[in-house]
Amino acid sequence: MDFSLSEEQQLLKDSIEKFVSSDYDFEARRELVNSDLGYSAEHWAMFAELGWLGMGFSEADGGYGGTASDLMVIMQAFGKGLVIEPFLANCVLAGGAVAELASGPQKEALLASVIGGEQQLALAYAEKQARYNVANCKTQAEKSDDGYSISGEKIAVLNGGNADTILVLARTNGAQNDEAGLSLFAVPAEAQGLERVAYTTVDGFTGADIKLSNVQVAADALIGQEGSAFAALSRVMDRARLAVCAEALGNMETLLTKTVEYTKTRKQFGFTLSFFQALQHRMADMFVECQQAQSMLLMAAMKFDANAEDAGTAVSAAKARIGQAAKLVGQEAVQLHGGMGVTDELDVGHYFKRLTIIDTLFGNTDYHLKRYTQAMA
Amino acid sequence: MNIDFTQEELDFQQEVRQFFAEHYPKDIQEKIKNNIHPTKEDFIRWQKILNDKGWLAENWPVEYGGTGWTPTQKYIVQQEKARAHVLGTIPFGVTMVAPVIYTYGNEEQKKRFLPDILESNVWWCQGYSEPGAGSDLAALKTSAVRDGDDYIINGTKTWTTLGHWAEWMFCLVRTDPDAPKKQQGISFILIDMSTPGISVSPILTLDEEREVNEVHFDNVRVPAVNLIGEENKGWTYAKLLLTHERTSIANVQNSKVRLEKVKSLAQETPAHDGEGILWQDEMFRTKVANVELDLTALEYTELRTLAAVASGGAPGPESSILKIKGTEVMQAIDELFVELAGYHAMPFTQAQYHDGFEGERIGDWFETNTGPHYFNNRKQSIFGGTNEIQKGIICKAVLGL
Repeated sequence: MDFSLSEEQQLLKDSIEKFVSSDYDFEARRELVNSDLGYSAEHWAMFAELGWLGMGFSEADGGYGGTASDLMVIMQAFGKGLVIEPFLANCVLAGGAVAELASGPQKEALLASVIGGEQQLALAYAEKQARYNVANCKTQAEKSDDGYSISGEKIAVLNGGNADTILVLARTNGAQNDEAGLSLFAVPAEAQGLERVAYTTVDGFTGADIKLSNVQVAADALIGQEGSAFAALSRVMDRARLAVCAEALGNMETLLTKTVEYTKTRKQFGFTLSFFQALQHRMADMFVECQQAQSMLLMAAMKFDANAEDAGTAVSAAKARIGQAAKLVGQEAVQLHGGMGVTDELDVGHYFKRLTIIDTLFGNTDYHLKRYTQAMA
Repeated sequence: MNIDFTQEELDFQQEVRQFFAEHYPKDIQEKIKNNIHPTKEDFIRWQKILNDKGWLAENWPVEYGGTGWTPTQKYIVQQEKARAHVLGTIPFGVTMVAPVIYTYGNEEQKKRFLPDILESNVWWCQGYSEPGAGSDLAALKTSAVRDGDDYIINGTKTWTTLGHWAEWMFCLVRTDPDAPKKQQGISFILIDMSTPGISVSPILTLDEEREVNEVHFDNVRVPAVNLIGEENKGWTYAKLLLTHERTSIANVQNSKVRLEKVKSLAQETPAHDGEGILWQDEMFRTKVANVELDLTALEYTELRTLAAVASGGAPGPESSILKIKGTEVMQAIDELFVELAGYHAMPFTQAQYHDGFEGERIGDWFETNTGPHYFNNRKQSIFGGTNEIQKGIICKAVLGL
């Protein structure tokens, strides 16, 4: 048994944490959130140069890592500083789908440009009626003379507004809920018939709702085999769940530190808040939740990397348990900061926002509890 | 013991329902239904209509223009207001400062301030909290030093709700910095916000809206005739106001209407796995049921408090129960809304929730407002005395710990 990071992982962790603590102060982040792009192109180029964008991919795919534990290291460090650069959208979701499904030159071309930071990708899978079920897909891709014609609506496409290429999940066969018959297409964002409504998300990231009306793509826009995208997408989802669990853990660790620090300095009734036992115990609870979250994350990442039979159930266990921890830690951090906790000015509320949205991403606590209970029987 | 309304009360219920149906402006109702932020003008317009009917000052004694309603009548009105999505009355004037003025003010002050409060001619704000005095309100430092017929005021007040719309502030100031107990050197004074030396700056909350402010006083000259009651007795007056604030903070009827909305939306929302509807999901239903149980208990606790007040008691430590449970229920409902919205809790589209928005709307109903509302509403367990402070009051005043 060994829970320690590899030497490379430790170095990676140290370098991201150093970047976050010295170059990623909250006011600079606020300016990025309010900028047109919504993140820093300079940071992105730097991430590429340092090889961080390749850490989500195996060496065979041109990357430098690719395990769930590598992702965990990166995302936890990003979470500590509330990093908003679109790593999740490019390197876990869209890039991950390409790595799982594509082959040959298609894979090389797309992944090289993601790892090099030259192209922005987004994965458009979610649909309004589907909630968190990837198989539930109404978007249709019909064969046309020299390719496919795609029509449908996607929501909450992370990085969808900035993406050069959008990977669209569409049905080439089967009924709305069928796992078979799903295919993935690389659609240029500027394609005719593709309309996107881009937005900043409540937690400062960017996304888009996308409407496709008879968007024509060539036959080689199809990524992988026709009709076989579901299994690959499911693995991508589970990796993405682990990634955001790690990010949430980083968020929670920062909130705990900040809350403890604040209560040691804020004085009311002649004492610092940290003097009051009723508040001390609540911070002890936050600490316990963080530790439990770390344990669940490690467990699930190890099972995923070992390709364990129950890896999917383990991921759901982690997502549900961390969702609960995130709610407690986020709400308590705000409460213990008092009025300051609900201001836009203080970073604490922004961590709380991110934790709230992470619970929604890729299935909320209840969705994963249900997936877990179904596996119990 | 009996929970049924009498025939008279049923008639009153009809009268209230009919009045709201006929006189509550439809444009304001549409805003409230759709979570659009009401404007200052909306508040004033509606409060004037309520006052013309004689229904604004629910809690005032009849001699000053109050309704003279029984607790049951007040309860009926709350129910009907929630049912009809009636815009809330801004509490600072009619609910908060007015009872202090008619209880502790002199005749001159009553004549000067109460009519304008009734007619909503003057917008009030509250000058209580300070950057260094939140939960520990009595630690406030804003000073008022007597100079001839005036006080000179210096300091900073914070969390001043809608202070940027206010013409007057009721304010707690320190008049005796050497008092043996910090509660003993505080006075209650009324301040015209247009007085030179006052500046109001915004504090944005987590929904990125301007609701609260910081108010700075730089040698602000306030006439001593604006002092309420006796100098250095302000803490007593302030406490009266706080218990009134806490009683109205429970928002039971509003929570009931919102919970019904959760139920009806859950019948139109797909379940989390996209199969069937969310309302058939046992986990979701159980959560709704638990909130409803808490809310039912709270409703009866509130009714018991109202009944006790009617038979002569002032709202006492019981109002702390209402504050704690009322805010917990509101926040639990906020969480249910976020869950209902699913991925459409993500887009930040606050412009959609203001007057005059003409762009392309994102999301159905008010999905995209659920996140900002949930974030901002964490304030509920913080303001008006944090829930921790309320528990402290229960420990001390009720349990004798």
